[in-house]
Amino acid sequence: MVTGFSATGTLTPLIIGDVLGALDSVGVPVQQLLQMADNIAFIALAAIGLTIIFGMMGVINLAHGEFIMMGAYITTLSVNVAAIPLPIAMLLGAIGTAIFGAIVERTIVRRLYGRLLDSMIVTFGLGLILTQGTRIIFGNSLQSIGTPFGQVPGYTYSGYRVLLLFAAIAVLGAVYLVFTRTEFGVQARATIQDPDTARAMGVDTDRMYTITFAIGSGLAGLTGALYAPSATIVPGMGQSFLVESFVTVVTGGSSVLLGTALAGGILGTINAIFSNLYGNFFGQIALLITAIIIIRLLPDGLTGLADTVRDKLGEQQ
Amino acid sequence: MMGSDVLPSRLTRIATKLNGPNTLGNSRAFWTAFAVGMLAMIAYPLVAGSYKAGQTSLFLAYGLLALSLSLIWGYTGILSFGQVAFFGIAGYTYAIVSLNLGGAFGQTVALPVAVIVATLSAFVLGYFMFYGGVKNVYVAILTLVVTLVLETFMAQTAGSEWTIGTVKLGGFNGIPGIRNFALGVEGASITLSGSGFYWFVLALLLLTYLGARILVNSKYGYALVAIREDAERTVMLGYNVKRVKLAVFTLSGALAGLGGVLYATWGNYMDPSVFTIAFATIPIVWVTLGGRESLLGAIVGTIIIERLRLWFSINASEYAIVFVGAILMFTILFVPRGILPGIRDMYVFLRKHGFQEAIERGRLTAQARLQSLLGSAGVDVSESETAGGSEVVRE
Repeated sequence: MVTGFSATGTLTPLIIGDVLGALDSVGVPVQQLLQMADNIAFIALAAIGLTIIFGMMGVINLAHGEFIMMGAYITTLSVNVAAIPLPIAMLLGAIGTAIFGAIVERTIVRRLYGRLLDSMIVTFGLGLILTQGTRIIFGNSLQSIGTPFGQVPGYTYSGYRVLLLFAAIAVLGAVYLVFTRTEFGVQARATIQDPDTARAMGVDTDRMYTITFAIGSGLAGLTGALYAPSATIVPGMGQSFLVESFVTVVTGGSSVLLGTALAGGILGTINAIFSNLYGNFFGQIALLITAIIIIRLLPDGLTGLADTVRDKLGEQQ
Repeated sequence: MMGSDVLPSRLTRIATKLNGPNTLGNSRAFWTAFAVGMLAMIAYPLVAGSYKAGQTSLFLAYGLLALSLSLIWGYTGILSFGQVAFFGIAGYTYAIVSLNLGGAFGQTVALPVAVIVATLSAFVLGYFMFYGGVKNVYVAILTLVVTLVLETFMAQTAGSEWTIGTVKLGGFNGIPGIRNFALGVEGASITLSGSGFYWFVLALLLLTYLGARILVNSKYGYALVAIREDAERTVMLGYNVKRVKLAVFTLSGALAGLGGVLYATWGNYMDPSVFTIAFATIPIVWVTLGGRESLLGAIVGTIIIERLRLWFSINASEYAIVFVGAILMFTILFVPRGILPGIRDMYVFLRKHGFQEAIERGRLTAQARLQSLLGSAGVDVSESETAGGSEVVRE
């Protein structure tokens, strides 16, 4: 995915510019659409690692924001210190965070399966240590790497941020393929549904938990890596993802992909509209209120609604 | 003549209400130690001086926040990251009302107003959550999100359009100039600072603690514990679980609010830092360390952690948060019930089995813990028991 967009990256903004120009001339509100795309991408990417770990393992990783921060730090440091090309640095950010996630699962999270609130609190403590540890080691901020690709021609919008929408789609697609089309995906889902039977069928369930947690962590790291060029690199940067990612998990429900995609789409649109009209804070408030209303109406989140709709359609046929 | 007859029986009646299976320490020995401890706390300002007493009164105000979390989380099993939100809402309300009204009377009125506003906030949020069917982790997430959103909101109130009456909300800088707490009306008031404020807060904390003991040992308290242990079964037994949850959430919001008012008058200012994720963690650390299912544990945990945090802020301020995070992880992993229940268990064990056996048991537990720790790091030590330590090292 990462290498994919770097290869087409030099061309894409120009093409996007032409397409958008054509759309604008027929009266499509391009500027607003760009903002909406940006918001949807942000919410989906902010949430995906968290939803995998929650949806598959039922563990809420409150250090999620810090995992994102870690991905961004590894990427930025690789570029700044070792002069590694950006796409490879991003890959390093994702892999480094995945390895860290695997270690955390083996040493800490593993002991707390079945103690949901406790695992929340432990990861919360871990997050505090990571944030402050980063501050102690690397200081209050890192020099940021420039945003590639410049602006979308004719608009005051960063071309890179537009590309992130495609990155988000690619990530969701890759997650879908991994969990439905691979041997690992089948074994992982079997482990989640019925660990005892899965074990009896020869699945190494311990390993499945570790890998799933590592994938979730790695995706959080990838999110940090992807936002590293356009964000301010500070130890507390993970916090700016927290509200969006948690609201998405709450409204999305337990289905990893469907929930994230649906919630990301709806919440991103609402956030874009309210941020545009009244500023960032009201964007967040609107997210929160939407989340509360959705939970009030749909206790199983948007996943539950999708299931109901599917069942109804099935009956009609 | 009748008084001397009635008083003891009343006292015993209160005493029986205070004791029960839901609190640690119901014996005569406990209450004697408690009384001695209270006397020491009361005498503290006379020994340590007014300045130190003033400093310590903050810890006691935090104790109210800890009690509120112990009730909602420890007893009812609802993890709320939002106690600091009600704490902060009450602090801000107190600042706005007292500064607008001015004078001792204004401050006296501002206290109940602020607590009521915090209580109402808790009621509204609780209504939407519990009657909306929000459960378990979702409650924790929602309360955390509400707190973080409040931080975003208060931080962007720097402009002069954010003025309530004559008080500017002040964004990041917050509201300065809140005066020391005063009780009474103009001309007939006492201003509480230093030792006076300490005794005032201590009295509030003592009353709250005893009240909370009566609550958790009452029938209502049994319902709370039942909800914690198995909410669905409690519904089956005919309890209105949603209403009980809402009631205890609202009550804990009120307690957190009272703590927030004392915090605002103690520091003479109020800023959005009370809504940050770092501050939202602190009550959880107190209660986790002290023992979440113990009211006294929550207060003891608060005082220990805050003493240590004070030390860190003077000597190694950047490590304070690392320390807090480490305490949190260590306690949950190794002493999940907290230190006070741990000490109680140890005491019971020693009385039953004696010292020798306790040491043996402790050695075995430590060995098992170490093995599982090494095991999770990939080192297999289970079979090399007799071969001694050298094998393990070589691996």
